[in-house]
Amino acid sequence: MSQPNEHASPAPGYEILIEPGRGFLRMNWRELWEYRDLLVILVRRDFLAKYKQTMLGPLWFILQPLLSAVVMSIAFHKVAGIATGSIPSLLFNLCALLPWAYFSQNVTTGSATFTANSHLFGKVYFPRLIVPIATVVSNLFALVLQLVVFFIFYGWFAARGAPVHMGTSALLMIPLIAITAILSLGLSLLISASTAKFRDLAHLTPVLLQLWMFASPVFYPMGLLTKNASWSWLAWANPMASIVEHTRTVLLGEGVWQPAMLAVSAVVSLIVLFAGTIAFNHAERTVVDSI
Amino acid sequence: MSNTIQPMVEAHGIGKCYRLGDGGLFQRRDTPPAGALGAREGDEPGMFWCLRDVSFTVQRGDVVGLLGRNGAGKSTLLKILSRITEPTRGSIRLRGRVASLLEVGTGFHPELTGRENIFLNGAILGMKRAEIAAKFDEIVEFAEVGAFLDTPVKRYSSGMFVRLAFAVAAHLEPEILLIDEVLAVGDAAFQKKCLGKMDEVAHQHGRTVFFVSHNLGAVRALCNTTILLQDGTVAAQGAPNEVIARYLASSAPDEAGGHIAWPADKAPGNDEVRLASLTLTDALGERASFFEAGQPVTVDLRYEALRRVRGMRIQLFVHTSEGELAFVATDHLRQVELLDPGTYRTVWTLPGALLNRRGYNISICCDVPGERYIIPAQQFLTFTVGGAGNQSSHFPETWPGTVCPSIECKVERVS
Repeated sequence: MSQPNEHASPAPGYEILIEPGRGFLRMNWRELWEYRDLLVILVRRDFLAKYKQTMLGPLWFILQPLLSAVVMSIAFHKVAGIATGSIPSLLFNLCALLPWAYFSQNVTTGSATFTANSHLFGKVYFPRLIVPIATVVSNLFALVLQLVVFFIFYGWFAARGAPVHMGTSALLMIPLIAITAILSLGLSLLISASTAKFRDLAHLTPVLLQLWMFASPVFYPMGLLTKNASWSWLAWANPMASIVEHTRTVLLGEGVWQPAMLAVSAVVSLIVLFAGTIAFNHAERTVVDSI
Repeated sequence: MSNTIQPMVEAHGIGKCYRLGDGGLFQRRDTPPAGALGAREGDEPGMFWCLRDVSFTVQRGDVVGLLGRNGAGKSTLLKILSRITEPTRGSIRLRGRVASLLEVGTGFHPELTGRENIFLNGAILGMKRAEIAAKFDEIVEFAEVGAFLDTPVKRYSSGMFVRLAFAVAAHLEPEILLIDEVLAVGDAAFQKKCLGKMDEVAHQHGRTVFFVSHNLGAVRALCNTTILLQDGTVAAQGAPNEVIARYLASSAPDEAGGHIAWPADKAPGNDEVRLASLTLTDALGERASFFEAGQPVTVDLRYEALRRVRGMRIQLFVHTSEGELAFVATDHLRQVELLDPGTYRTVWTLPGALLNRRGYNISICCDVPGERYIIPAQQFLTFTVGGAGNQSSHFPETWPGTVCPSIECKVERVS
């Protein structure tokens, strides 16, 4: 036999051990890092494939939340008469939809990780965790486009004298989005792990997300939920509530400012991510047998 | 180097168990292909052992052929080796990077262009971006799709799609490569190219290859060792010729005189097409498994289309009992483009004075060319040709050749 060339010579000691039931907490982080190129390419695929064969192309990233902001402005503010303070209702909704649309997109796509990729997962191995992470990253592009739209409307309303003011506090958007990403990734992992055996949660997820949206101050101010002081803890217990409310606070200068609540959101999100990672890691090992 | 003396792959007592129908409040879900393996004494009810106590070691540079009838556990073993699923018992030590090619074109996105898909597919198969970029031109050249690089692959012909997909996979550079019956797609010229590439990968680059195929000729040509799986256990292991002979001997199915009929639940097939029966008849229309050399052999296949199927063809493979392919016949030109649900029959007549005096095996394969398999090639019947009537009948000794057609021959004195 001819000499193996350099590609065929692994680093000495390179070894993969396959056995049932690897440790509960053992994650192969090194391997995840080795597949970082796949992450980049999957993000690109998600972005490229989404608007192929549509007339408006990437405009849909903008139009979707814009349309729902308009519809909700009419429903909540014109019809139901919910006050948005001194902020124009369209701007009020557009602002809250930044984190919310990102969150719900992540959870919707991410929780279907196993079911939507069953064919791929059944034919080739790579760290499955790459897929939900790619979802969370690629949705960031949509978020950036939405931010642009938001700023256009912001400028327009500000020029017409709306009492909005934004300062350097707008930079706090970065940690707010980071918490949203962590929470949504964690939930995606938890839900997709649960769908490995039974699909029930897959049917429930869209309904729960909608309920969650109405329970969060997306189309109405937080004040409406916390009016009754004895129940306000419940409103704050929802990690998305404080994220949505604080997004408005930092971008529009109107809303509550409660760093402690943000810290709670962050901690809850990290716990969810931790639990999600464990559950996902456990499910991925034999998931192809049942999907 | 220390790892030249250590085996590349060490498998110890691998077992894989599926739970049949794991519940739900109102329904039962089905899991693996049922009926492939009967339960054994002492098994927990509802558990299905697809592999039992499989152990082997493979050295660096070995090309291992995995043989076995459908349901013997070959695919499950490949899935475990490629880490798609975990074994229930046992352990495997792999001393190198692994890439698996269980299907051509896994992860291709129809909306993306050929160029984008090369990167996507390469990354899914485990290549780094830089590696793909470095091999990009080679891949494009191998696939012969240069002019269509920026066309979405959904507009590719199935042949182009397969070529591109195989080209990406062929340029993987893992130390251990797992390949499942993917070579049977594409036209003959491309198949030859693929086999050549596999040979190069294995013999020049010193990689370890696991190769599952029903193409015994390819196994014989490419592999230096073989593992025969039977009912989930290793039945034989060693040099290809011996194992192939063992495989052919063991795989002669329970047929009675050139006829096999399947009950609906045991029939080869899927939810599209299901075989019903396969019968060999002689010139008088009698079922037979022995034929006079000068007489025709009629192969009568009955099958049921359960759904509408487009573009299906059935192929008849005739192998010698030593496993060499004699020829392939197809009903492709006679087959209707759109097969409506119903029961059908394809009849091939192998003319007299064509076959040699020897034993033959009959396999049937049902596919949509270049697209997918409906029933992968599987051997069902054996028959023997002897007696008089062909060119070689006047000679007592075995006559070489997979067939022995009657050839016109003239001898004359010219001066």
